[in-house]
Amino acid sequence: MSKVRVLVGTKKGAFILTADGQRQNWEISGPHFAGWELYHLKGSPVDPNRIYASQSSGWFGQLIQRSDDGGKTWNPPGTKLEELMGPDGMPKGGTSNMFAYEGEVGTHKWYDGTQHPWEFKRVWHIEPSLTDPDTAYAGVEDAAIFKTTDGGKTWKELAGLRGAKGHLWQPGAGGMAVHTIIIDPKNPKRIYIAISAAGAFRTEDGGLTWKPINRGLKSQYELPDADAEVGHCVHRIALHPSRPEVLFMQKHWDIMRSDNAGDQWSEVSGNLPTDFGFPIDVHFHEPETIYVVPITSDSLHYPPDGKLRVYRSKTGGNEWEALTKGLPQKDCYVNVLRDAMAVDSLDDCGIYFGTTGGQVYCSPDGGDTWQAIAEHLPAVLSVEVQTLKS
Amino acid sequence: MIRVVLPFHLRNLARVEGEVDLEVSSPVTIRSVLDALEAKYPVLCGTMRDHGTLKRRPFVRFFACKEDLSLEPQETPLPEAVRNGAEPFLIVGAMAGG
Repeated sequence: MSKVRVLVGTKKGAFILTADGQRQNWEISGPHFAGWELYHLKGSPVDPNRIYASQSSGWFGQLIQRSDDGGKTWNPPGTKLEELMGPDGMPKGGTSNMFAYEGEVGTHKWYDGTQHPWEFKRVWHIEPSLTDPDTAYAGVEDAAIFKTTDGGKTWKELAGLRGAKGHLWQPGAGGMAVHTIIIDPKNPKRIYIAISAAGAFRTEDGGLTWKPINRGLKSQYELPDADAEVGHCVHRIALHPSRPEVLFMQKHWDIMRSDNAGDQWSEVSGNLPTDFGFPIDVHFHEPETIYVVPITSDSLHYPPDGKLRVYRSKTGGNEWEALTKGLPQKDCYVNVLRDAMAVDSLDDCGIYFGTTGGQVYCSPDGGDTWQAIAEHLPAVLSVEVQTLKS
Repeated sequence: MIRVVLPFHLRNLARVEGEVDLEVSSPVTIRSVLDALEAKYPVLCGTMRDHGTLKRRPFVRFFACKEDLSLEPQETPLPEAVRNGAEPFLIVGAMAGG
């Protein structure tokens, strides 16, 4: 019998929701790290008990937490005294929360058009390696990607990313962060990342060098040059593991698709009521079945008409159907953030998302029906799912 | 012995209750107290001051003997009452309105 573990990051702590494979009866543990912002938690695909978490606060900055027992206990990696003794026998400081940009810090474009130095603010997303539980990538604000190979004790920037026209990147209203990291399951040297508001980028050499992959994106309302090479506000990218060269994107506006690893994009918004939104994800067993949550507009971050509707396309875009059964269809004015949707690998595939109103919804049947599995949490920042063998 | 009072979230991180007692060699300054605190509780590194620059984080304040020492140079000697343990050195999360 399988079971699922849902990792929920919120504005005021983390929560872990568990259920058996039926996904009907849920237990909630938490808040973990009560009072802190948990931008993201994610488990290692090769060791599900190894979970990384990004914990931050406006007062006390960034921490990385790690659990090696499936979320029962947590420690910032490498901060136990016995792990930190220097050659002189004196303890050295913990560095699991040290995200230092490599070399010359450099500058990026600021709101007033001047150049502004990169300043680390927080970790938005942690992507564990597909093969090594001690290796993970961190997407941070101001936009950069870091890598650990020692389980999170130390982090080193892959500075080539900021070399991809970083001086032209400019923060959007939500900040300038690497919020999406996807490792190609067939070629771990190939990694995709996305930045608001710079666009999507790809490396073919494990992170040494990167190139923008934004051809075909059009941002006529956000950029003076609608077809610019960088500057697009990409909200999320998703792929199916069996076809990692096919990418789906929720841009600020527009649902996009690429069939050649991001070299060229085309719009597949089709009949959506609005193509603004944040998350996008792919059914675990059906590579052409994708999910989005349309949001009214960039000015109105809530669902159209007060109806919370997930839209599903079984044709890889263009043709969309509203999924409403079990979701509030009146007076609903929550948002669903970019990292707050996930799928499990059970059959039927479970779809999960969290809202800024503190609800977490689960559909155990690919989106046909939904139930709230948590209803009164703090605003949900991220949702990840682990499918476990019990 | 130097007595230090941590804010709620840093007490939780350090897994301590109540005040923290520190041995700090002379001169007892803001910096030497923070150095000793981070050495004893490495999890606090980077939470009160930045890695590298060691600049105080903007919303962390340092109080002692009813004085706000947050803007004083970190080499500033702490008051005698803190040095002899009569008064604690307070690390405080700044008030947030709204």
